[in-house]
Amino acid sequence: MEWQEVLLKLIKNKISLFGIGIIIFFVIISISAPWLAPPADPDDPYMIPRAGWSIQPKPPSEDHIFGTSEGQYDIFYGIIWGARTAFRVGLIVVGISTLIGILIGTIAGFYGGVIDEILMRITDVFLSMPFLVAAIVLTTILGKGLDNVMIALVTFGWMGTARLMRSQVLEIKAEEFIQAAEALGANDIRIIMKHVILNTIFPVVINASMRMGSIVITASSLSFLGVGAPTGYADWGQMISFSRNWILGSQGNALQFWYTVLIPGLAITFFCLSWNLVGDAFRDILDPKLQN
Amino acid sequence: MIILSKEKLIDVKDLATYFHTEEGTVKAVDGVSFEIYPGETLGVVGESGCGKSVTSLSIMRLIESPPGKIEKGEIIFNNKDLTKSTQKDMRKIRGNDISMIFQEPMTSLNPVYTVGDQIMEAILIHKDVNKKQARQEAIDMLTKVGIPLPEQRVDEYPHQLSGGMRQRVMIAMALSCDPQLLIADEPTTALDVTIQAQILELMNGLKDQFGMAIMMITHDLGVIAEVSDRVAVMYAGKIVEYTDVETLYANPKHPYTWGLMHSIPHIEKDVDRLQAIPGSVPNPLDFPQGCKYNTRCPFATDKCREIEPEIEEIEEGHQVACWHVDKLEEAKAKEEKEKE
Repeated sequence: MEWQEVLLKLIKNKISLFGIGIIIFFVIISISAPWLAPPADPDDPYMIPRAGWSIQPKPPSEDHIFGTSEGQYDIFYGIIWGARTAFRVGLIVVGISTLIGILIGTIAGFYGGVIDEILMRITDVFLSMPFLVAAIVLTTILGKGLDNVMIALVTFGWMGTARLMRSQVLEIKAEEFIQAAEALGANDIRIIMKHVILNTIFPVVINASMRMGSIVITASSLSFLGVGAPTGYADWGQMISFSRNWILGSQGNALQFWYTVLIPGLAITFFCLSWNLVGDAFRDILDPKLQN
Repeated sequence: MIILSKEKLIDVKDLATYFHTEEGTVKAVDGVSFEIYPGETLGVVGESGCGKSVTSLSIMRLIESPPGKIEKGEIIFNNKDLTKSTQKDMRKIRGNDISMIFQEPMTSLNPVYTVGDQIMEAILIHKDVNKKQARQEAIDMLTKVGIPLPEQRVDEYPHQLSGGMRQRVMIAMALSCDPQLLIADEPTTALDVTIQAQILELMNGLKDQFGMAIMMITHDLGVIAEVSDRVAVMYAGKIVEYTDVETLYANPKHPYTWGLMHSIPHIEKDVDRLQAIPGSVPNPLDFPQGCKYNTRCPFATDKCREIEPEIEEIEEGHQVACWHVDKLEEAKAKEEKEKE
């Protein structure tokens, strides 16, 4: 199937159109962040400005339309700039880990034998470690900060793609057109780049799209657990961690601080949902078994 | 028969390709010798699993290794032994000097590229041309293999073409760099009979036009009769009979060839039952001792079960690997008598 055809079907599909709509919405927010929420310090726009030092969150007001969270961090500002953080973490982590996965999976599947054995055992070793725990440990070793979170997520995030790619390559490698290309005198690199990867890449793309959302959630969890972004950094996960003590309001008014949880929660939910919708639609379009 | 120049194009000497599997060693090709002269068609015929395809893949050095390995023998092509060439040198030869057409036109083309892209691939690998020139050459090749509207077809995807069309595209790909030898591995097996005839006719025409030699691998004796100059009959990894096509059909000397001839229905002969060769091809992991055909051969004696016959020239240009050529002659004579 051609790219144009796939794109056209993605746009025609209502569910994926909804997903694409949300993604575009977040993209617009990220791009126009400096105008929507002008930073106090242009050199360090990711630090959320504080409206005071009081611990108790304050409800939405004219100055702070989404209210302020624990420590008087402006929720609106955090959401706007947090969208940038979400894209950055998602794209970089998914991009790099997918590339590593494609590389390892393709080499293992294409060459087979001892190379396959070695690469797949390394993959197994990485898979045997629980993802979140391993990521937390590595981030702790490397030190707090978003860059280190991303390194940890990449380090423990490529194995699924590698396995998926390997199984795809094994399937395609047996096709006669690969042998035909060899018989034409094509070298390995040409065969891999031209004939193998293009025939195997779609499931990996779907997988990557699905992972965009979950990686952002994982990064948020790390921030929530306190090993992620530095305090005050515009990150949705951190904003939820600010609301940790305020999930239940005071006696008789349980929903008193609803805005501290709900608003960052919705942002994460919609971001994650949008990528999953696109990934789902992608799979429906490309998987011939699900058609008709 | 066309006059052959004395210079051999390719000379395969005592080629043996084994597959070392976990169950044991499969001697897929075991001591095969033949030669192909420029401009001729050599037919290689035999049942499934007799080593025809492995022979051709050995020449191309496309045997998957491991488990496959060329154990011994020489493949002399242009004064070079291909069994000793590096893969790098082989890549220059593949598609350029020796090309190959595969059996399944449905799966031999990459579904994600246009046919033009795929024909251009060989041209871009081996010739020093830019994309535009390569595209023009691809269109010319499509014209030569008889595809109508080549300018339009060049941008179409394989799934938009019929089986016969795709096989023509495969031929165009194989011939795009003007090879000296074309190996056709059952090129018409997947096609229906009328298309088969067209493709064979096309290949014969292109052979004269390009002046190349063809190694035609098939299990179809009809195809062999139509296109070949000389024929090698293979059984269980060995050539059992090797001669020119007229002699083979008029006077088969090996019981296996004779059995094959008897198992073809003839339109002019009215027989109730076709004679089939009893039994089946022996398991390559467990070949019988002696002549590998002895389990199915009506003339087999103790000698056949103990010592394997070597292929020998019994008449000029007619090689047979059998201990009892005389017994077959008796049987043929008896058959003639019965007819009268």
